[in-house]
Amino acid sequence: MNLLARRKLVNKIALTLSLSAMVFGLFWLAWILWTVFELGLSGLSLALFTEMTPPPGAETGGLLNAIVGSLILVVLATLLGTPVGILTGVYLAEYGRYHWLGKTTRFINDLLLSAPSIVIGLFVYAVVVAQTGKFSAWSGVIALALIVLPVVVRTTENMLQLIPNTLREAAFALGAPKSVVISKVTLRAARAGVLTGVLLAVARIAGETAPLLFTALSNQFWSLNLNEPMANLPVTIFKFAMSPFTNWQELAWAGVFLITMGVLVLNIIARVFLRAEKIN
Amino acid sequence: MTMQITDAQIEFKDFNFYYGKFHALKNINFQMARHKCTAFIGPSGCGKSTLLRTINRMYDLYPEQRAEGQLLFDGRNLLGSDIDVSVLRAKIGMVFQKPTPFPMSIYDNIAFGVKLHEKLSSKDMDDRVEWALRKAALWDEVKDKLNQSGMSLSGGQQQRLCIARGIAVKPEVILLDEPTSALDPISTARIEELIDELKTEFTIVIVTHNMQQAARISDYTAYMYLGEMVEFGVTDELFVKPKKKETEDYITGRFG
Repeated sequence: MNLLARRKLVNKIALTLSLSAMVFGLFWLAWILWTVFELGLSGLSLALFTEMTPPPGAETGGLLNAIVGSLILVVLATLLGTPVGILTGVYLAEYGRYHWLGKTTRFINDLLLSAPSIVIGLFVYAVVVAQTGKFSAWSGVIALALIVLPVVVRTTENMLQLIPNTLREAAFALGAPKSVVISKVTLRAARAGVLTGVLLAVARIAGETAPLLFTALSNQFWSLNLNEPMANLPVTIFKFAMSPFTNWQELAWAGVFLITMGVLVLNIIARVFLRAEKIN
Repeated sequence: MTMQITDAQIEFKDFNFYYGKFHALKNINFQMARHKCTAFIGPSGCGKSTLLRTINRMYDLYPEQRAEGQLLFDGRNLLGSDIDVSVLRAKIGMVFQKPTPFPMSIYDNIAFGVKLHEKLSSKDMDDRVEWALRKAALWDEVKDKLNQSGMSLSGGQQQRLCIARGIAVKPEVILLDEPTSALDPISTARIEELIDELKTEFTIVIVTHNMQQAARISDYTAYMYLGEMVEFGVTDELFVKPKKKETEDYITGRFG
């Protein structure tokens, strides 16, 4: 009986500790969200989506060029990084699992995954920006794609590894060649997980500032030219939030609000996908 | 102990199998009859699944596994490098312990294997899918939901779907690796009835943990222990009057 009472007490202590840890984490998250809502919502207006970034002290102005610029950079980087990432993940999980090349690739990918994004920004600055002699949207796309790549590689590999081997054997047992087994059966079985990985990678690059500071830079004006610097939300926020001008600071908060909402929506979509797949 | 069988389709001759350095099957010699059901029984780890998986060269997927000796299929050695495993596996289908429906519709699950080996018009494909599902006694349960995911079926239905998928390719032999061990008694009974019907057209090889099952459905039974084939014979004789003491101990439950 004494043992039972002790066990219950230990259970209570452990539960209290884990609950307080959760409360500690959620407290800051809630605070951040609250601040973003409080300061960001007041900056929301139609002008935010229809007007360009204004000069300091102007009466009106929005973030149109930064929003569009960010969308272009994120979409292109995803289109560039995702196919390479998925194919690499397939190689690691289905072909090179025990091969030295697979092991090496996995190790390097892990390094890339944990590399600070500013390092990637500087790398692209050195090999692209310094070579071409100017900041450009392309170099920003490359830097962001390098951040997408390891995330997609890792999730694709992990999701494929979760597919039970009996499913592969069942497809092989029908006489299917390996390419068909992978494309029609295993990748298909893992598609929700792979898609989730891509969405999480998109959420990650949507807010990356450091890699863009050295590459796409920013642009006060409307520009869709990929060979020129391009406006984008993170760098605009960085610049505006550091400035002493009230209208810029307000726009910075509105930008923070937009990114936060965007990332939140992406995460929710990712979860819905996963759940829909489980029900199937 | 080699027993001659009339109309043998598959024959193992001085057959050995290795997992790396581990000698998993030792000097196997026996024959399997066409359009009969042969069962492999024995305690866990005796090599009965390993033996089954050599017949469609499943071990090819794993570089550390290798076979030596002869495995004859209608007189042709399956272990040779001239064998196209894709064609071989179209002739020798396999059903696994756990149901393995593919993440696609019921219809596509059946059509998947057929498409690999034949080009059929959509009408012919529809007929083939229906034919296979009827053979696997599943047609009446799924005919109105062929577009639903194969995963949405019950465990027993999924296993019959997998059998239908194998049949659809029109193989000559069907290998069953403990096909009912994950199913409830009613589903198991249905699968056993099905096996009995399939015997008229296909050669059946089944691995089972369940001795009653082997006794019920098979014509020939092989008792395996520690990688060796201890006894092989007509099922009725092996279960009623085993020749070897080890076999008797196992089937009477004194061991295993």
